Amino acid sequence: MASPTASTAAHGADAVNTTHWFWGKLGWDIFPFYDPIILGTFIGTCLLGVAVVGAITYFRLWGYLWKEWFTSIDHKKIGIMYMILGVIMLVRGFADALLMRLHQALASAGYVGFLPAYHYDQVFTVHGVIMIFFVAMPFVTGFMNYVMPLQIGARDVAFPFLNNFSFWLTVSGAVLIMISLFVGEFAATGWLAYPPLSGLTFSPGVGMDYYLWSLNIAGIGTTLSGINLVVTLVKMRAPGMTWMKMPVFCWTTLCTNVLIVATFPVLSATLALLTADRYLGTHFFTNEMGGNPMMYVNLIWIWGHPEVYILTLPIFGIYSEIVPTFCKKRLFGYTSMVYATCVIMILSYIVWLHHFFTMGAGADVNSFFGITTMIISIPTGAKLFNWLFTMYKGRIHYELPMLWTVAFMLTFVVGGMTGVLLAVPPADYVLHNSLFLVAHFHNVIIGGVVFGIFAGINYWWPKAFGFKLHRGWGLVSFWGWVVGFWFAFMPLYILGLMGVTRRLSRFEDTFYGIYFLIALVGALMIGVGVLAFVMQIVVSIWKREELKVGDDPWGGRTLEWSTTSPPPYYNFAFSPRVYELDSWHHMKTEGAARPTKGFVPIHMPHYTSSGIVISGFMTVMGFALIWHVWWLAALTFFASLVWGIAHTFNYNRDYYVPADEVRAIETAGNTSIPAAE
Amino acid sequence: MSAQQHGHDSHGSYKSYIIGFVLSVSLTVVPFWIVMADVEVSLSIALLIIFGLGAIQILVHVHYFLHVTVGAEDGWQAMSLVFTAILLVIILAGSIWVMVHLHENMMPAHEQIERVRNLP
Amino acid sequence: MTASLAGPAPEGGYQFYVTEDPHHHEGHDDHDEHHHETGTMLGFWIYLMSDCLIFGILFAVHAVLGTSYAAGPSPADLFEIDKILLSTFFLLFSSITYGFAVINMQQDKQRAMMLWLIVTGLFGGAFLVMEVLEFQHLWHLGAGPGASAFLSSFWILVGTHGLHVTCGSIWLVVLLAQVQMQGLTHENKRRIMCLSLFWHFLDLIWIGVFSFVYLTGVSL
Repeated sequence: MASPTASTAAHGADAVNTTHWFWGKLGWDIFPFYDPIILGTFIGTCLLGVAVVGAITYFRLWGYLWKEWFTSIDHKKIGIMYMILGVIMLVRGFADALLMRLHQALASAGYVGFLPAYHYDQVFTVHGVIMIFFVAMPFVTGFMNYVMPLQIGARDVAFPFLNNFSFWLTVSGAVLIMISLFVGEFAATGWLAYPPLSGLTFSPGVGMDYYLWSLNIAGIGTTLSGINLVVTLVKMRAPGMTWMKMPVFCWTTLCTNVLIVATFPVLSATLALLTADRYLGTHFFTNEMGGNPMMYVNLIWIWGHPEVYILTLPIFGIYSEIVPTFCKKRLFGYTSMVYATCVIMILSYIVWLHHFFTMGAGADVNSFFGITTMIISIPTGAKLFNWLFTMYKGRIHYELPMLWTVAFMLTFVVGGMTGVLLAVPPADYVLHNSLFLVAHFHNVIIGGVVFGIFAGINYWWPKAFGFKLHRGWGLVSFWGWVVGFWFAFMPLYILGLMGVTRRLSRFEDTFYGIYFLIALVGALMIGVGVLAFVMQIVVSIWKREELKVGDDPWGGRTLEWSTTSPPPYYNFAFSPRVYELDSWHHMKTEGAARPTKGFVPIHMPHYTSSGIVISGFMTVMGFALIWHVWWLAALTFFASLVWGIAHTFNYNRDYYVPADEVRAIETAGNTSIPAAE
Repeated sequence: MSAQQHGHDSHGSYKSYIIGFVLSVSLTVVPFWIVMADVEVSLSIALLIIFGLGAIQILVHVHYFLHVTVGAEDGWQAMSLVFTAILLVIILAGSIWVMVHLHENMMPAHEQIERVRNLP
Repeated sequence: MTASLAGPAPEGGYQFYVTEDPHHHEGHDDHDEHHHETGTMLGFWIYLMSDCLIFGILFAVHAVLGTSYAAGPSPADLFEIDKILLSTFFLLFSSITYGFAVINMQQDKQRAMMLWLIVTGLFGGAFLVMEVLEFQHLWHLGAGPGASAFLSSFWILVGTHGLHVTCGSIWLVVLLAQVQMQGLTHENKRRIMCLSLFWHFLDLIWIGVFSFVYLTGVSL
């Protein structure tokens, strides 16, 4: 049987020479029958898929799912759907991580690893792409979508239909990546796909095309979402909520979405140029005819650095909500938090070259960016001190959100420090692309972003669903992740300092074996953490009656806690009026009461199918473009366009909720918030 | 968004569009003439005129056609424009600075090419 | 706990809930979302800023690759500046005519507005025709996008601008149909204003294109 490399090269030759007019590059060899691991995964996934689809059909839930969830423009439902996407993709991305740890533990101990190099390269590439674009971004977007409108006292985001559309475009990208596992191959270039390796000459197969179309499509969704949330924050804050009375989470949401709008276009343009190189024969990043691959590296990191702040800023916002709530104390230094966030947002644009000190720009350029990189660590440090000073002399309650936050503080700081170390160009010459770098970014992303995601999930789950998450399983998950992280990544720092390069699938020297073994043990512990998290959700849903809580279980300080748990679909029967920072805390102190009469009709948008339908067409279009099935690509492109234009002819987009219905919901007596009189 | 509901901005009158048009035409014709008539100026002067007048014309468009004012949308229209402009400057200047240095250090044949280009 | 930071309570105590919704007043004329009226323009403007950045990247790429002729044709060999001047005038005229359309829209003169929009569309179409002819001419000279990095950058940058003009033209036609069907409603006026921003913005980008790509290109 042909080895993967040979068959792909042959495939490449096929693609260049003959593309069938109907089938494009599709043929019987697109399925990975040659690889038992993928084949086994394929069969397992098919069985799981059949089970899920079967269950939904058996319980006759398709109508419910379509009407209540898939076509929903409700920011709360869209936020929850983003989180579900993130969890599913987390499991996939983590499976890739386990594969790598296992393979490297074996390969470094003198055994033959079970993954051939060509497959291993795809694993680390897809691991990075999934974790950044389809785990971290959806989780972060899900939080911002769910929480921010509630915190500003609004009923939805500024453009509810666009919100739905953005979600489904992200799903479209995720679907294409998942398909790549079973149909064809994925890119084998690393998650940023540097040319010329990612160009047509050296990656002739479909893998890179999966990468490009997945991100091209998902990128549109993210940019639209960025515009949406910025306008929401500018225009839809409750009366009295001036900028400096807005919760810190909303400030971080604002700065994050400004970053998104100001930086995802760079990614889209750069990937579009690479797509042009592969589809139109242009020479932007080729080795010959005047192309300049270094320009790709430059551009992609102009996007890449703000991207990591897009991931971390909302999470810092989550911590800023959790710490005051669980320390029963006002956040220390609100003003400096706001300024620190804005400074980080601006400075993130002048550090990007630190990702390629070694590409050869020289000492002048490297010094400038090294200095700016060190400067940008300062506002983050300021935030950390603010959290610490909030905890000082507070009455700390070690619920799960607070535990995750403390773990973040201890873990992230190490990652931040290694970042400052890497910011020194001469040091970076030694450590660039070593496992030290890998350890650093996992340190800040896991210690910073992932821990914050779990903190936020545990914190806001009761608001979204009316019951808490199970504490026992949550603790198992917590310790699995935290201890596992340290075991998995500290050896990598040491290995990096010893000179081990990243992305290696073969080792000559067995000296490193013990470190990779420890890292594998750590990864398995994290695996326990991931499984325990899934168990936590399953058990909590199973035991939801026992775990039921009121509307404000943690004693929150911001407006989302002033609604029922879960909130009514219109969020607020009456707009709250804001007088102070920590407005809900102020309301509780002043004895605020919910009005029980005088309800007015509430203006709400209709649900719509256009988002999922257009995204569906674009998914098929992406698939068709990948496989050079031109007629199908053209057809689905026009279908998307026509449906989109047709959508604009529908002027009947909204309705009024009758006052009686509002009264019925508000006076149902299912809330613990005191009512007027 | 009719004029009477948003009194801050009348979105232009015939006169202001004509003024903008005349300014744009003048600012367009000069750089084109410099190039098309092969006027004897040094490259630097030519580029200065082309980019300088182009920048001014962009401002003319922003004011007379796009009607950007500092007051529109509570200042957010102007602020986002300025922010975008700053980012563009950073990206353009930064990329050119970086790429020039990279070219100098990392493109091995460029010295040869320079020598050939400078041959008498 | 927080009392020390809170200001004094207002007269009559705190009104924590807005029981008269300021966005609902009696005698509201049309059914349209008055409270939504300000979000769309800002949102569209921010989208335009993001589009600006896309063009910025394409300009940056042209700055780097614009002189990489790969021993092939250079701008001086290829560009016909007189035709570019004509194209520029077409686009500039279309901007003015769009402005006139907007003035008529504000005065609720639907017929006149639609006529000016049609004129705008014709100028835009003329611009596109000239661009397509230019591309055809270059293609037949063998100066397609794959011929060198300079040409790749040229084709994609100018082509992206042309694609935007095409999308704007399609949008124009769709809007004309919608105004014909629904009249000058609040919603349609908002859409016309959005397209206005888009259209002027394209003319603005064109200033960059003719300055940086064409005039600079032939001067070097």
